Amino acid sequence: MNASQQHHSASLKITGGTLFDGSSAPFPNPGLLIREGKVAVLGAAALSANADDVFDASGCVVSAGFIDLCCNLREPGNGQKGNIATETRAAAHGGFTTVCASPETSPVNDSGAVTHLIREGAASRGVVKVLPIGAITRGLEGDMLSDMAGLKSAGCVAVGNGSRGIRNARILRRCMAYAQTFGLTVMFSPENQSLAADGYAHDGQVATRLGLLGIPEVAETAAVMEMLLLAEETGVRLHLSQISCARSVEMLADARNRGIQVTADVAMHQLAFTEAALAGFDSRFHVRPPLRSEADRQALLAGVRSGVIDAIVSQHQPHDSAAKQAPLPATEPGLSSIESVLSLGLKLVAAQELSLPRLLAALTGGPAKVLGCTTVLSEGAPADLCIFDPDGHWAPSARTLMSVGHHAPLMNVELPGRVKLTLVNGQVAWSDTE
Amino acid sequence: MTATDPSPNHLQLTRDGQLRHFLTLDGLGRELLTDILDTADSFIEVGERSIKKVPLLRGRTVVNLFFESSTRTRSTFELAAKRLSADVLNLDINTSATSKGESLSDTLLNLEAMASDMFVVRHSQSGAPHFIAESVTPGVAIINAGDGRHAHPTQAMLDMLTIRQHKSRFDGLKVAIVGDVLHSRVARSQIRALNELGAEEVRVIAPGTLLPRDVENLGCTVEYDMSKGMKDLDVVIMLRLQKERMEGALLPSEREFYRLYGLSQDKLALARPDCIVMHPGPINRGVEIESAVADGPQSVILNQVTNGIAIRMAVMSMAMGGQMAERQQKQIENEGIRA
Repeated sequence: MNASQQHHSASLKITGGTLFDGSSAPFPNPGLLIREGKVAVLGAAALSANADDVFDASGCVVSAGFIDLCCNLREPGNGQKGNIATETRAAAHGGFTTVCASPETSPVNDSGAVTHLIREGAASRGVVKVLPIGAITRGLEGDMLSDMAGLKSAGCVAVGNGSRGIRNARILRRCMAYAQTFGLTVMFSPENQSLAADGYAHDGQVATRLGLLGIPEVAETAAVMEMLLLAEETGVRLHLSQISCARSVEMLADARNRGIQVTADVAMHQLAFTEAALAGFDSRFHVRPPLRSEADRQALLAGVRSGVIDAIVSQHQPHDSAAKQAPLPATEPGLSSIESVLSLGLKLVAAQELSLPRLLAALTGGPAKVLGCTTVLSEGAPADLCIFDPDGHWAPSARTLMSVGHHAPLMNVELPGRVKLTLVNGQVAWSDTE
Repeated sequence: MTATDPSPNHLQLTRDGQLRHFLTLDGLGRELLTDILDTADSFIEVGERSIKKVPLLRGRTVVNLFFESSTRTRSTFELAAKRLSADVLNLDINTSATSKGESLSDTLLNLEAMASDMFVVRHSQSGAPHFIAESVTPGVAIINAGDGRHAHPTQAMLDMLTIRQHKSRFDGLKVAIVGDVLHSRVARSQIRALNELGAEEVRVIAPGTLLPRDVENLGCTVEYDMSKGMKDLDVVIMLRLQKERMEGALLPSEREFYRLYGLSQDKLALARPDCIVMHPGPINRGVEIESAVADGPQSVILNQVTNGIAIRMAVMSMAMGGQMAERQQKQIENEGIRA
């Protein structure tokens, strides 16, 4: 089957393999019939139904489509780094059917007009669902409130300040109180800017040895504490984006126990790598928050296993090659990561650091809960799903990556997990034709 | 999961363990470090001749690529290259290309077009020489003349040469490094070299604001109180204190720093009587060191400068030798394939 055939077929039958519906434990696929963009039948009846096409998923996992809470599509404004067409295709290649678009665009998504621009671009050129995140302050400057009600009615699913913190605690408090008025979830990457200062690496043994400017853990934990207290006081629904420290996981668990409405995510690269990746000054691993210690990595994994951390995200940040071709301190942070999330996750499963159901839950039901929606692959639901072969392999390279960014965490290395088919509303967003 | 080979050796050593770049002392063994010191020893004699030249780099072009200003280091590299009979080009990039917005990669492409054989690089960003070594054409040697807070390997090796001249050994030595370790690429390279060469103890003496996180992991002990830290010392190395350190609230005043961590005659008297005093220069008299100590009988600061030329000659000739050997090896392999 190829993409053009599937586009015209009104119905598709998926047989065999293991099914993960996004909420319950994986079970053998009883038969799945997709018709007119929706799951028409889930059960043995699907096998006897007539369909225009049949996909044999034997040996594969048929999963509810992955949802990414943090993705940079670079549109509008940063065409040399990526655009909605290339980066949503990269998302589909990674098994994602929905991505939240970061407000860090140019211009910043701080008005309904920019939100409309993104949604129109996604409708005409995107192959996966794009949910814009609005900027909580004008221009992400951290000084003045954005038109949050306008952003919400234009289609923003949450508001946040991208990767930038808000320096002034009084403004942060007002941001939360105002967002709470409209029932908007606020998403913040916790970082105290004065403590992070000019740093770009974890303030730990690797930075000490290589003479890199460190971002201490307390730059994150102080911000987490401040945000939790302000969320408790204002009653806003808080989502902590890309936590990186063991202490943050502890504080998060405590806050949940106290009944604060807080959720959190972690970037896949934080689960897979540590500060050691910077040895040799590898600028790809210049990410923010920085890759931290092995103890932090273990605590983050434990947080995902226990469910204290709700979601795993890609924190996809495609760049043009010039942005990464410089001495490490002069490079821009971020990995081109969305195509590698599943493969890195399967490596963690192989290393017995994460179970497959937990990995898939953190890519489906977990992020859906943060967004306040459900993604259960059930009869009548939109046919957003991906089919991957956990034993199949691929190697990220300039040729195989769909993203404009060619700085994937592992390049030219055979990785487990090959996405065979990604469907969004029953339409083929990615099909492995090799 | 490890992303890359954490050891820098695949970059700076040839397959048979010879230097081809000189980027950091990390991963270089005692044998190679001793080899550098022995080679430098043989070059000291060259400096004492009336005609101070050897033809080891004749016909080669060495480019001094200084992205950060320096007088002493650049002039000793220049003298070293000239004594090896190389042609030398000095480029002060601070005031030329990069200020016009040219990227480092583009600057390098232009310089390579001039068919240089070696770049001596100083840069304010940690890792810049690594980046350059990874991006240049094979056959061009990169020598790190100081990068950010990361490393200053020729400075550390000339300090080791100075210590060996005065103490004739490293085993059993107690060495202290005093002052602004946080910002110091010199201290990082010295700690590494002293550990590899077998010094008994390396102490760093500084207030908490001037020490990097978990500095002990580099292979040293920490002492906040200088009068305790001076006990039994064979070598005391003072670091330069940049004046701008007062601004970021790292220190209250030069006066308080000098009172607590400046090397005065009184404090030096607490060390072993034959303790030598070193400083990578330039000295701030009255800030980190008393004039009477800097000019006194235990000071070997000027020896360090002389040794700097010999060490740089050693490293340059060894790296060029490694590059040549590698080129020959490849030629032989290619001919083997053709035959």
